[in-house]
Amino acid sequence: MRLLPAFTIAVCTLLLSGCPKRPTTVPEAPAQAEQPADSSATDGMAEGQVGDARDLPGADSGAGGGAGPVGVATVIYFDFDRSEIRPEYAALINSHGRHLAAAGGIRIRLEGHTDERGSREYNIALGERRAQEVRRTLMLQGAGDRQLTTVSYGEERPAAEGSNENAYEKNRRVELVYGR
Amino acid sequence: MLRRAWIVFLALALPGQQSAAQLTVQILRGMAESVPIAVVPLAWESAGAAPWDVAATVQADLERSGRFRPLPRAQMLELPHAAGEVDVADWRMLKVDYVLVGSLAPLPDGRVEARYELVSVANGQRVLGATLPSDRNALKLASHRLADAIYERILGVRGAFSTRIAYVAVDGPVTARNYRLMVTDADGANERIVFSSPEPIMSPAWAPDGRSLAYVSFHSRFPAIYVQTLRTGEQVRVSARSGINSAPSYSPDGTQLAIALSRRDGNVDVYLLNLASQELQRLTDDAAIDTEPAWAPDGRSIYFTSDRAGAPQIYRIGLAAGERPRRITFEGTYNARPRVSPDGRDLAVVTLDRGAYRIAVVDAERGGLRVLSGGQLDESPAYAPNGADIIYATREGGRGVLAIVSADGRIQQRLAASAGEVREPAWSPYLN
Repeated sequence: MRLLPAFTIAVCTLLLSGCPKRPTTVPEAPAQAEQPADSSATDGMAEGQVGDARDLPGADSGAGGGAGPVGVATVIYFDFDRSEIRPEYAALINSHGRHLAAAGGIRIRLEGHTDERGSREYNIALGERRAQEVRRTLMLQGAGDRQLTTVSYGEERPAAEGSNENAYEKNRRVELVYGR
Repeated sequence: MLRRAWIVFLALALPGQQSAAQLTVQILRGMAESVPIAVVPLAWESAGAAPWDVAATVQADLERSGRFRPLPRAQMLELPHAAGEVDVADWRMLKVDYVLVGSLAPLPDGRVEARYELVSVANGQRVLGATLPSDRNALKLASHRLADAIYERILGVRGAFSTRIAYVAVDGPVTARNYRLMVTDADGANERIVFSSPEPIMSPAWAPDGRSLAYVSFHSRFPAIYVQTLRTGEQVRVSARSGINSAPSYSPDGTQLAIALSRRDGNVDVYLLNLASQELQRLTDDAAIDTEPAWAPDGRSIYFTSDRAGAPQIYRIGLAAGERPRRITFEGTYNARPRVSPDGRDLAVVTLDRGAYRIAVVDAERGGLRVLSGGQLDESPAYAPNGADIIYATREGGRGVLAIVSADGRIQQRLAASAGEVREPAWSPYLN
């Protein structure tokens, strides 16, 4: 069910037409794209050694990297306590997705953030969900699992200071950081 | 019932190392029916000056708690040092309910012994009498323990003056932050840096023996959970899995951590991590966010935050096989970050109260919710080990400070740092 927003955007973009509020069918493609993640998660208990499970190849890379598509913004903003990607960001994410698909050596770090309201640990989870939502959408566009790393800072790294809605909407975001 | 009581600033002298974020304690509101008590200076039964003013520390502790109204020394008509010397008629005239008297004497082994007696002015009876040996350089701690005993004798619950508080201090601009994990005595003195990093430090949690802290640090550029032994400073990484490694909470026996992980698939759930074997067990499995686990004191269940019903609410899951989560909170649209009272009956949570995030206490069985704080962005509640007070993070003039509210909501205190922000307080267990 959590694939629906991402999938909705993908369908909207492909059809270049109005988006249905709720797609009634979910094709196999997104599930296939999830396969590497799913299989990695099922080896569950064996993963449980101290510090051995940083299985993202981009995690310690200083090399490799690469730049993003020219002239395309690298920040996506979210509604309060939501992680669905707003329709206006579909084109932006598609540009990044196609860029990544075209150059498999490029790596990107997706940094999820929230505004300062509410509980800090819950916000870490919310920032992660936002970053994962962007990751799934990029993968639907052909980006490879191994090109993408997510990290959530919750409310710890605000883009704007201040306790007002103006700052809050700048802080509820996912940043796409190339070359990390 | 409530009245604005005394405003006291205790500028706390700090022997030894100084740090930037010295906490000062300010009582904003005490109890109208606070207990009047006289803490008479202890006699020093040797030559020279007394090695420590035990009575001054005891008096400051009792006053800071908001539950006692100590008589200023200058108003004392006499300075008795034993219960037999207390003239109750004089103290009755001063409207004092209790008188603490005693003496401090050197022991042959070089230590010092405090002998103290608490006299009830109502009937002249000695209600407490004890001796407390201490190293000369530990007399402040001994004084806190003495205050703990008086608090317990009069209020029926052990004092928490001899405990400690861990918290996160942050300073510097957004682009060059400095995070420090700190531990301080409960009165704000004796502050130490446990760990510092330019990357975020979060979620300190005390081990039940008070000897180590679990916390989250981003210093490797990804979040990982560490356990650090306070005495040695030894830091062990216990979880650095893909995705978030968040919100550690110790089991009451100290053998396990409940933690929140997202693993490779990004779905945040609660797991149990055995610290000795590193065995990991999944506790919740829901597509929604499940995080912020908190162990019940009996070790049989875990409370956590989940947005499985569309918004964050508190749930409880038993640890026996096949248990299903049960929703605890139904009032309001946002209840998160539960902490369980030491008797297991109540939860301190963050609640959305008329547009503001505040600290509330929830009945763990019936779910009824009572808001205790009045800030706009209050968070991170933690119980004192005696259950009498809840410490939490709030804002003052746009800056993060700590605050304490009594579990009944009647007493409020602020702990403000001299510089920077402080947040995420965690109150230690009893340490002796």
